[in-house]
Amino acid sequence: MEEGANAYWVILLSILVALILAVTPMPAWSVWGRPEWVALVVIYWTIALPHRVGIFTALLIGIAMDVLEGAVLGQNAFALVVVSLLAMVLYQRLRVFSLWQQSMVVFVLVGINQLICQWVQNLEGAGAQSLFFLLPACSSALLWPVVLHSLRGLRRFYRVT
Amino acid sequence: MLVLVVADLRYNSLDYARGALDTLLTPIYWVADLPTQFGQWQETKLQSRDDLLQETERLRRENLVMQGRSLQMASLQADNTRLRALLNSTALLRDDVLVAELIGVSPDPVRHQVVLDKGESDAVYLGQPLIDADGLVGQVVEVGELTSRVLLITDSTHSLPVQVNRNGVRAIAEGVGSLQRLEIRHVAATTDIQVGDLLESSGLGGRFPTGYPVATVVAVERDPGQPFARILAKPTAAIDRSRHVLLVFRADSPGVN
Repeated sequence: MEEGANAYWVILLSILVALILAVTPMPAWSVWGRPEWVALVVIYWTIALPHRVGIFTALLIGIAMDVLEGAVLGQNAFALVVVSLLAMVLYQRLRVFSLWQQSMVVFVLVGINQLICQWVQNLEGAGAQSLFFLLPACSSALLWPVVLHSLRGLRRFYRVT
Repeated sequence: MLVLVVADLRYNSLDYARGALDTLLTPIYWVADLPTQFGQWQETKLQSRDDLLQETERLRRENLVMQGRSLQMASLQADNTRLRALLNSTALLRDDVLVAELIGVSPDPVRHQVVLDKGESDAVYLGQPLIDADGLVGQVVEVGELTSRVLLITDSTHSLPVQVNRNGVRAIAEGVGSLQRLEIRHVAATTDIQVGDLLESSGLGGRFPTGYPVATVVAVERDPGQPFARILAKPTAAIDRSRHVLLVFRADSPGVN
């Protein structure tokens, strides 16, 4: 089959959508539980295409995220790099896991992401007072099946390799 | 990575890069704001005739009352200037304002920041104060080409000098990370501050203009075992509700020639 340009734009588009979702206003009761869309997308692409998306991509996305959030430059970058590094180490095992096992791993990975963000914020003197900052780990784990299936569908349809 | 964190925290060397990236990423905020914009558009375009008539009527009445109140404004202002001249204090200057619209809120609940749709091209400058119809809202901490980022007075890293409107007692109001609370710290237990007192900006820090309302005192706890009184206040501005805010230009600010 004739293989033209690889559909990298699918990866770019998914990242862009994740960034938009990450800053979309949410109702006041749910601000603490906002799923970490960007981390989810980075985890998916690292597992699916570890030779395309990895630490450097995570670094760039993280810096974009920092600027969007108004966070200290490097906060999200650091967290996302660690997350994608772990996902790269684990990707062979993760691919054969069942869905709920993957969700558990996502829970831990996003938890680590939140923890690192929290550390950096504490350096700045603006950390959270309660453990609510870990809620996104739960919501992200719950959303993992949705993200996985939609991104996998896109990847297969457009044959991103 | 950690070098980056430290560089951004301790030095201002990354400010330019930040501003540039901010400008580059502005469309993301625009897109994220689209649903709200659409809701507003719908609200204005699809309003019923009755509602509009009622609204016009209400606004007309309100306008009448306001006009009545401002009739004496000119003479009062002249009086004020004359009296101030007699007292040898500087004249109060009227501040110019620019209406800005809020296009984004920081997704991080610990960080009380908002993004405005006015930036360097509208002469917004670093440290510029922001008010709404009821009081002080915050100050500009980052300026992009078309947008700027504002730190709200309720952020836990923000504090501002205030004075009690009733007797001129000075204090510092600190944000505690809740949108409904400011805390006045390090006030001696014998200081005359009561529940219901209006706190206004004192202008002592040189950052905020004098005389804008900031908060009302809602609780004063005087524990004899503690060296300081614990005073809580509620911001007068609708910090989490107002979508249209005013950027204040002062006569001596760098944005005005």
